[in-house]
Amino acid sequence: MYKYNDFDHAFVRTRVAEFRDQVDRRLSGSLTEEEFKPLRLKNGLYLQLHAYMLRVAVPYGTLNSRQMRQLAMIAEKWDKGYGHFTTRQNIQYNWPKLKDVPDILDALADVSMHAIQTSGNCIRNVTADHFAGAARDEIEDARITAELLRQWSTDHPEFQYLPRKFKIAVTGSPNDRAVTRAHDIGLRAIKDSEGSAGYEVLIGGGLGRTPMIGKVVRGFLPKEDLLPYIEAILRVYNLSGRRDNKYKARIKILVHETGIEELRAEIEKEFLTRKAEFPGINPELLQAIEQDFAAPIFNKLSVDNHVARVAHDKEFREWVKNNVARHKIPEYAIVTVSLKPVGGTPGDATAEQMRVMADLAETYTHDELRVSHEQNIVLPHVPKAYLPKVYDELKKAGLATPNLGLLSDIIACPGMDYCSLATARSIPIAQDIAKRFDHLQLERDIGALKIKISGCINACGHHHVGHIGILGLDKAGVENYQITLGGNATEDAHIGSRVGPGFSAEELVPALERLLKSYLQLRESPEETFYKCYNRLGMDPFKEALYPHLKPKQIKRDRA
Amino acid sequence: MSKIVRDYGFDRNILTVEDFISLATLRQGVEKPVRLDLGNDENPDGLQPYFCWLEMIRIPFPDFNDGRGFSLAKRLRQLGYEGVLRASGYLIADQYRMARLSGFDEIEIDDLLAARQPEWLWQSQVIKKKLSYQDRLLKTG
Ligand code: SF4
Repeated sequence: MYKYNDFDHAFVRTRVAEFRDQVDRRLSGSLTEEEFKPLRLKNGLYLQLHAYMLRVAVPYGTLNSRQMRQLAMIAEKWDKGYGHFTTRQNIQYNWPKLKDVPDILDALADVSMHAIQTSGNCIRNVTADHFAGAARDEIEDARITAELLRQWSTDHPEFQYLPRKFKIAVTGSPNDRAVTRAHDIGLRAIKDSEGSAGYEVLIGGGLGRTPMIGKVVRGFLPKEDLLPYIEAILRVYNLSGRRDNKYKARIKILVHETGIEELRAEIEKEFLTRKAEFPGINPELLQAIEQDFAAPIFNKLSVDNHVARVAHDKEFREWVKNNVARHKIPEYAIVTVSLKPVGGTPGDATAEQMRVMADLAETYTHDELRVSHEQNIVLPHVPKAYLPKVYDELKKAGLATPNLGLLSDIIACPGMDYCSLATARSIPIAQDIAKRFDHLQLERDIGALKIKISGCINACGHHHVGHIGILGLDKAGVENYQITLGGNATEDAHIGSRVGPGFSAEELVPALERLLKSYLQLRESPEETFYKCYNRLGMDPFKEALYPHLKPKQIKRDRA
Repeated sequence: MSKIVRDYGFDRNILTVEDFISLATLRQGVEKPVRLDLGNDENPDGLQPYFCWLEMIRIPFPDFNDGRGFSLAKRLRQLGYEGVLRASGYLIADQYRMARLSGFDEIEIDDLLAARQPEWLWQSQVIKKKLSYQDRLLKTG
């Protein structure tokens, strides 16, 4: 894991002191509310529906037990005893007081953490594959690039006042677990025909009200060109991105309006100028980062007790099947701790649960935890020999729901419960769905399924790329939920299609029940997932299930 | 009236509109050193031959949230411009560091802002120039 050096420590402390001073200057009137706003946003402080919200960065989702315990302490001391893990691998506190925020930031700095650039029109906290360093299919640990980008983008003087927010995601594996195609810049580690390492660079992906899949701007970028090339992209965007309309200000709109060819030419031109005088990255610094991410020393313990427990314990077997993934070392496993208990708030963890996870990480799993963009916590390096113990501890803490990748592993944005932009509720909808299908006992039978819910068109719940996407809108004062089908967030990223008119909150769950029951009828075998079945059959049969009162003809006509 | 913010403190601005020419005028040719007003949406491509005639380039910040000027300054420096770069308009003290690191030498602000955000505040930013991840990442020497 990356360890802060003296510079990092000094930087983060200075930044806290600066923010303390900015809060004072706001109170004295030296800063207007308008001037203060971008400053507080760049320090992670949002104004929400009921209160301030502080979004803390967990760079590329990686943290250790000490940091997790500090997050628990903050939740107890300055919030209501819990925190919310987000789709950008951050943690949010929903109830801090403005006057306490500098102290919270200091407490974060105590454990090498911060809230810098988790909001505002700047380069946001860089995200990466949550299985980095543990995955089998990995070409390289994406966090090395992500940490380099964290340092480079932190307080970058040129890019603090961009037209809009800017998100970068990195994957080191061909299996894209970082949704790189839905980011302003997506980086995918690849090797060229001669075996040199580099990146495929995508730009212009994003969800929100105009969802777009990122386009390849450079098929192969040699590693050493990374920073000058990214600077070139950012400079072109900063100068040419639209500033007249907040909803058209993301780089995806620039790509769309300018065209990828023309934009690529501009970027390449800027890149050549920048590269000519770019001195290169300090090799010692780069080495230090690489060393920090060197794999831990794996001890190959006997897996016998694990195998025995799988054989005789059905519940354990179920959990292993769903929540445990293959590790690059055969004697190890990757455990995903579900923060989606049936009826709970997706992504919430209590201080007590955070401590349990921290203890497990420290005792059994090389002291590492990850936050996944699917709002779960990952224990990346668990010796199989310890899986039974880890499971038992998790179970005691209510953290062993065996639902990973299943129906109730729902992504939901904060929605009406917290967010001032929301047009509908999101969390309660997720809870209703999970409860209903739990009651029906259908989740296991339905199998792999990604449901994603957003409480307004800004799409923080990624509904566009859910196999089933749900978008909550407001129709004349009444919540109305639109369903999209066939979205995909992986390397084959795809935007789902809207099926038809929306449903009221009461109608929604029965509609989903009809939809999924018809899937069970329609599939060729249990191996054919909902997503595969949808792609084989197209929308019509599913539309019929959602709108049983429509005649088949009408369905065809509607689609035309 | 306006003030010029520099690393050592405030100065009174002595230049007026007449001291600057537009990009269109510049492109018609010059015979003596001039100062240029460059819009933050104007493209500096092809300006290199004029660089030796330019004593100053002034770039406006219509709003402190509009960061185009930072990239424009950086681009000019990378193209080889070595004369004075001035930012003018609405920048706040908290942005002084960014302006300096992007290549600006000085900032022209109006007296109202100067009263609300006094000299010492801007000067407190000078030292922070040193705390830069970007400089640190690069090879030196
Ligand atoms: S999608 Fe809308 S409601 Fe949900 S968090 Fe984003 S802005 Fe808020």
